[in-house]
Amino acid sequence: MKVLVTVKEVAEVEEDFQLDGLHVAEQYLDYDLNEWDEYAVEEAVQIAEENDDVEVVSVTIGPERAEETIRMALAKGVDRAVRVWDDALEDVDLLDVSAKAKLLAAVVEEEDPDLVLTGVQANDDSFGATGVSLASAIDFEWAAVVNALDLDVDGGVANVRRELEGGVEELTEVDLPAVLTIQTGINEPRYASLRGIRQAQSKEIKPMALSDLGLDGSVVESDLVLTSVYEPETESDAVYFEGDAGDQAAELAAVLREKGVGAQ
Amino acid sequence: MSDVLAITEHRRGELRDVSSELVTAGRELVGETGGSLHLAVIGGDVDAFADELALDGVDTIHTVAEGDEFNHDVYVQAVAALYEELDPTYVLMGNTVNGLDYAPAVADVLDIPLVTDAIGLENDGGLVVTREMYASKVESTVEVDADHAAVTIRPSEWEPTEAAGSPTVEAFDFELDESRVRSRVTGFEEVGGGDVDISDADILVSVGRGIEEEENLELVQNLADALGATLSSSRPIVDNGWLPKDRQVGQSGKVVTPKVYLAIGISGAVQHVAGMKGAETIIAVNTDPDAPIFDIADYGVVGDLFDVVPELIEQFS
Repeated sequence: MKVLVTVKEVAEVEEDFQLDGLHVAEQYLDYDLNEWDEYAVEEAVQIAEENDDVEVVSVTIGPERAEETIRMALAKGVDRAVRVWDDALEDVDLLDVSAKAKLLAAVVEEEDPDLVLTGVQANDDSFGATGVSLASAIDFEWAAVVNALDLDVDGGVANVRRELEGGVEELTEVDLPAVLTIQTGINEPRYASLRGIRQAQSKEIKPMALSDLGLDGSVVESDLVLTSVYEPETESDAVYFEGDAGDQAAELAAVLREKGVGAQ
Repeated sequence: MSDVLAITEHRRGELRDVSSELVTAGRELVGETGGSLHLAVIGGDVDAFADELALDGVDTIHTVAEGDEFNHDVYVQAVAALYEELDPTYVLMGNTVNGLDYAPAVADVLDIPLVTDAIGLENDGGLVVTREMYASKVESTVEVDADHAAVTIRPSEWEPTEAAGSPTVEAFDFELDESRVRSRVTGFEEVGGGDVDISDADILVSVGRGIEEEENLELVQNLADALGATLSSSRPIVDNGWLPKDRQVGQSGKVVTPKVYLAIGISGAVQHVAGMKGAETIIAVNTDPDAPIFDIADYGVVGDLFDVVPELIEQFS
């Protein structure tokens, strides 16, 4: 059995930053493994640990820089990785959902996995749509926002819980092969061990260009055009307490008492 | 003219709030072009839902009596069939958990672009969608350079339409391809069931990622004790297993409406705010003066919780 897990390197913006055209200026960005994907990786690795003959392959759309992040996934137990990149992707301001799905679909065709795990969303562009779009493109079944997974490989079914709003969970049976988008909290992502980090150095990260996937530059042509990026105007009309922590706490305590807190 | 087809949501016999918010967003879009606003309600007691959805500005409600609860395989087929029939310019859906479970497939099947989590829509010769990036630190506008598009709207971002209207109600039949229904909803469960119901509490001290380590939770528990408050949290604390799920405030946790909500080290992600913005008084303590929590706070302390909380405990000891 093969599990393909999507791993995205996301940019996180520092507290104070400046914009440069349609982007946050590079010096204010830190790169990291997308939080949701971290849980997807852990779930894939746990499936490999609990079942015989499971290979876990990660796929990333990203430049060479992303290899550092991919190594983190390899250090946590992913067997090998595929990294899709191409000059045609270099200047794309907004890689839309359908383009991502097409790129990943081509990798699915190469790898022929039985199960695909993705994070629910990426913390940078927050589209939250790649997994389900991919499932539709490759004609896999799917489930979005999965916070518990019980895989019945022999029965060809994934029993999942989907985390709905308001503290309600939906129990659903999903036919395999499937794409599942994984919600945070489904497991406890492991730290990479020293041994894992050492082993990751010798694991394969296979770079693939569009031509390697049988695609051309038209795949990244988008109907969506990013036209402006700006800092939202602060809407705060909060009353702020100044001074040191002691002063702030004293003023805050006065407000709390006024609201009846601590009276009982 | 740009017609809009908005897909409503329901769960366990009740329409979800996003349904009437979709009406508002849909009216905004058709208002400028003179198009029609179509609503669809799929599954469950569609006639009863149609009565409730007879709202101002809705032209036609299409009822699709197929199944009891949401099933994405059915929804994708039903929306695609309605789309073929009505040829709307835009398909609007909720950016809800179920929206995320079918909207991307709808866009893929119809081969139209998808923009998710819209917080603003403008239809001035073409569709321009406002959305957020980088955990709400940045806003962006995305222009849709296509004749048709699918958009999901963020819940609570548009005021719900409450005024009644008199739309036409039409039953819509389509031939469901059962072989493409490859998932089955088998039930629902409420999470939690602990002895504390945070949605009943008058005063909540709520803790977020800023607490850094599990052992530091004791500090915030001490504050809650000193204030006679109940301890709740944002999502990361529950994801880490530091507090049980029934203490989580937010979209996927509990919706709370206490008299006082004291947010300690919580940045204010939109999913969290959805669960607590109804509090009478919101007080936020956070080191980041730009944290979104301050946008909805009545009182703000820009400072380190590890300095401020002990001082506050002292004030009440």
